[in-house]
Amino acid sequence: MTAAFTPVRSLLGGALIGISAATLLLGPGRIAGITGILGGALRARAGDLAWRLWFLLGLVGGGVVLGRVWPATFQGQLARSGLWFAAAGLLVGFGTRLGNGCTSGHGVCGVGRLSPRSLLATAVFILTGAITVFVVRHLLGGPA
Amino acid sequence: MTGRRPAWPAIVELLAGAVFALGLAVSGMTQPAKVVGFLDFFGSWDPSLAFVMLGAVAVYALAYWRGARRMGKPLFAERFSLPTRSKVDAPLVAGAGIFGIGWGLSGFCPGPGLVAFGAGARTAWWFVPAAVAGMLLQQLAARDPARGDG
Repeated sequence: MTAAFTPVRSLLGGALIGISAATLLLGPGRIAGITGILGGALRARAGDLAWRLWFLLGLVGGGVVLGRVWPATFQGQLARSGLWFAAAGLLVGFGTRLGNGCTSGHGVCGVGRLSPRSLLATAVFILTGAITVFVVRHLLGGPA
Repeated sequence: MTGRRPAWPAIVELLAGAVFALGLAVSGMTQPAKVVGFLDFFGSWDPSLAFVMLGAVAVYALAYWRGARRMGKPLFAERFSLPTRSKVDAPLVAGAGIFGIGWGLSGFCPGPGLVAFGAGARTAWWFVPAAVAGMLLQQLAARDPARGDG
């Protein structure tokens, strides 16, 4: 399945993500990293939980609404088994906590702040992601 | 949340989450095929994800360098809670590397995973609980959990 290149939509959607992240920066003064927000919520500390839960409610609730009013935006799911996604999820959860961030915390907020740690982390996860896709798609010849 | 927190920061934070979800949907990042397409440098490469990052980083950099850096404190809190570490270390590189493998396998990172979870995507119903388990596992393994960059 080949997804078409969508420069304008992607740029506009990216700007919305930037607006959301800027809101968390200027409002509660926090980094809009999904990993950090979720991980911190799992390790709840008094006085540090409410903003996390409100944001996550908006994020997941946004998904609930989008799934109903704009289901086309969730096409392009990879044809893999449940266990495949569970294994991927374990790696993503463990790796993002160990590396203190994911595409949002490092890739958007950290890069925007020109943090050396985030610039390196972003380069590393794009590199290992690309190697993984190369192995799965081109060496093993999988569907994804 | 220390007792007298007014309602409107909560509304703003809720909306920020919803706008994040909308941004992911508009940008195409809720479609794992587009994420994997970006990572497929040796196939039919789809550069869309780079445009998502460009749009997001441009807006965020403006808010940070022209906004936050010139404010004494944020609007809803007494101080900014931003990462202070700048040294690159092994856990950072190892963690980012492990994350990238899972990202390449599934086309999901945590944000789009949670949005797809809300939308009822079967793949995300496997992915998200496992990602939460992975986070808890790491937090258990690290006796002294490091402060996050994000």
